[in-house]
Amino acid sequence: MNIQLSRRNFLFASAAVGGGLYLGLSPERAEAAEPGKLNAWVVIPAAGRIRIMASNPEVGQGIRTSLPMVICEELDADWAAVEIMPTLADAKIYGRQVAGGSQAMPTQYEPMRRVGAAARGMILQAASTAWGVPVAELSTDKGHVVHGTKRAPYGQFAAGAAALPAPDAASVAVKDPKAFRLIGSFQPGVNNRAIVAGKQDYGIDAVVPGMLYAAFHKSGVQGAKVKSANLAAIKAMGGVKDAFIVAGTEEYEGLASGVAILADTTWHAERARAALKVEWSDSPAAFQSTATWTKLAADAKGKPAALPIHASGDVSAAMAKATKRVAADYAYPFIPHVPMEPINCTARVDGDKVEIWAPTQNPEPGRAAVAKLLGVPPENVTIHMMRVGGGFGRRLQNDYMVEAAAIAKQAGRPVKLTWTREDDITQDYLRPGGWHYLEAGLDAQGRCIAWDNHFISYGRDGKFARAAGIGPTDFPAGIVEDFRLGATVLPLIHTTGFLRAPSNNAFGFVTQGFIDEVAHAAGADPVQFRRDFLGTPRIIGDPKSRGPYNTGRMRAVLDKAAAMAGWGRKLPKRAGLGVAFHFSHLGYFANVIEASVAADGTVKVHKVWVAGDIGRQIVNTAGAMNQVQGSILDALGACMGHEITFADGAIEQRNFGDVPMLRNEQIPPIEVAFLTPDYPVTGLGEPAYPAVAPALANAIFAATGVRLRKLPLDVSLLKA
Amino acid sequence: MKLNINGKSVDVTADRDMPLLWALRDVLGLTGTKFGCGAGFCGACTVQLDGEPVRGCQTPVSAVGTAKITTIEGLSASAWGRKLQDAWVALDVPQCGYCQAGQLLAAEALLRTTPKPTDADIDAAMSGNICRCATYTRIRAAIKQAAAA
Repeated sequence: MNIQLSRRNFLFASAAVGGGLYLGLSPERAEAAEPGKLNAWVVIPAAGRIRIMASNPEVGQGIRTSLPMVICEELDADWAAVEIMPTLADAKIYGRQVAGGSQAMPTQYEPMRRVGAAARGMILQAASTAWGVPVAELSTDKGHVVHGTKRAPYGQFAAGAAALPAPDAASVAVKDPKAFRLIGSFQPGVNNRAIVAGKQDYGIDAVVPGMLYAAFHKSGVQGAKVKSANLAAIKAMGGVKDAFIVAGTEEYEGLASGVAILADTTWHAERARAALKVEWSDSPAAFQSTATWTKLAADAKGKPAALPIHASGDVSAAMAKATKRVAADYAYPFIPHVPMEPINCTARVDGDKVEIWAPTQNPEPGRAAVAKLLGVPPENVTIHMMRVGGGFGRRLQNDYMVEAAAIAKQAGRPVKLTWTREDDITQDYLRPGGWHYLEAGLDAQGRCIAWDNHFISYGRDGKFARAAGIGPTDFPAGIVEDFRLGATVLPLIHTTGFLRAPSNNAFGFVTQGFIDEVAHAAGADPVQFRRDFLGTPRIIGDPKSRGPYNTGRMRAVLDKAAAMAGWGRKLPKRAGLGVAFHFSHLGYFANVIEASVAADGTVKVHKVWVAGDIGRQIVNTAGAMNQVQGSILDALGACMGHEITFADGAIEQRNFGDVPMLRNEQIPPIEVAFLTPDYPVTGLGEPAYPAVAPALANAIFAATGVRLRKLPLDVSLLKA
Repeated sequence: MKLNINGKSVDVTADRDMPLLWALRDVLGLTGTKFGCGAGFCGACTVQLDGEPVRGCQTPVSAVGTAKITTIEGLSASAWGRKLQDAWVALDVPQCGYCQAGQLLAAEALLRTTPKPTDADIDAAMSGNICRCATYTRIRAAIKQAAAA
């Protein structure tokens, strides 16, 4: 075992069973050195396939393909011959294992290159000794060391390499990107073959010997607790093995109270659930109502914001000297995640040992919550990160993991907990809704000199709920000198959470819709106005907030999207082009949408042009295009029809009939261009989302002259 | 009762009104067929009965009778199925992949009856299958590639 320290990570090498090389990179040396644990990133056996670990949760973003590609490129192994192996959840070994924030590439791209390069370097060193030739005379090709006509597989030198000291991670030389053969190519997902044959296990497919299938019935009004239930009748029903009340915990977002029904199939559990009669305690969430909130938001208009967020210059003075003022009210609703795979988790509790099979985007907080609830050490909780049938941010929360563990413990049997689609929608961690009361001031030259935003969202005790807040230096703070942002927080108890491009997914609509209005008020072309608004290329924003961003990079994608779409061309009556840009998750995106509006108000999206900049390198063009198309269509579907409403404390929507998803026949062509300026590589799960809804609303305005300022877009306002 | 699943006769002990989806998944362990909504909205549980795509969640197991059931695990027995699988892999259709079993079974039924489908044919055949990741562009391209293979 040899270990080298770098600033943040340790590279370590050891001998694998049978004389192979075992190379790891770990934030914690002690854990990394634990013998017998599957804790390497690369295993080069003496004979057989090279193994590359895939450490991150796979939710469809393609990370189990793209990160191993990065290692494989620098290792110079044969992509077609390597074996990709998912790992367990273990942050002590693998560092960040989160599918969220589009953060995998920005944080792991460079370290993973060095893992691959270090392993290759050690193999070369061992080959140099074995063959008695200088390293400089050796080269590699598809997992082989080459010297003249001599060619041998890496495995032949693995034992020798394992005896060498691992290099310092920070000093490992990596390839010149011009020499990339794998990075930048089109590589189908490594699990595709299993998926199309029905052989890929998702969380919901986990099977544990002796397990029962569980349904867990909770009140739609969160916080209500079970007082009594007809358990005897439920237990007598066909296929039911057990039924009991889960008391739940007292803290907010702790274990919910409910009735667990365990049966020999999911269907028997659900059939019994339909006969369940529960008396619930009163809940403090019973006041929740969309009608009430809408009224509270309307009442707040014109009043000072209770919570100042950010101010620069003097907005009042700037507004007073403005030659023109533009005011508009924007609004958007709660929306749900509805991942295709319903929420589920399988758990086994054996004494003080817990084993979890979970489709999760973020296993470590789940481990901590399970350990705390069951009173076991966190290291006694093993988490299998199952392939996830869609996340969209919902599975950054681990409530289902806690429920499954609690039910398994109480039942004394392993359980697979499966939520219905109705559970998924009514118990979601919703994207918070909000309102923005906006005003802008223009000077005589039509420049925007003042920007005032009274933002209204949700929270508790005057503080924003999760994902309901706003960044003090969010666009266009720092661009408009005289700027004011304040907020009013409406009371909410229902859980909220992160949804693809959190907060940006709403703010993009607001800011890019309103800028369009300001542009028109200034008598300017919407693209030219935006170019002028961004101004000279410079860095804006606070590193502690959501910036900083580079206005020059934003202008470049704006210009590209406009050029791709033929901005300025003449369109038929009731057809129009709309433009929008947005910076989020370190990515720069601009869209142009062409839409037409029929006499009855029906909107047709004819085409979407997308220009993006996520740095100098696209790792996997197959996955990248999937992420952009997916983000664009996700945003289109949401802005055209998703809305969650509350009455009597509970969510009113139930299933896909109430949350219409885009279908095959509604899909427009999407043309994508990536600019690749020389900046660090960043992620792609989210940044293509936010500029979609505003581009569509702006296209609708261009087509009809009707400005839609509320999501979902109400096409009944567009009748000719 | 006896069911014919992917060309094999299988004994199943299940309530007559249990949906085929749950008999496949929880009784027989054929988990390739996916639960999505339980209400016939999404098509994730699509299987074929005598070659016709049906919703597994809306089909009581007693209604199957002697009809031949094809699930995703049996798709590769069909030449069209294999072409579709190859196209799906090559064009990298799946994102999360959860809905793709249903998509493939709907697409196989389309190509068997309409080997050269138009866009309108694809729209009509695939409209019942939701993909939350929105892989629709590549689904269409893959159906066309399989049709041309």
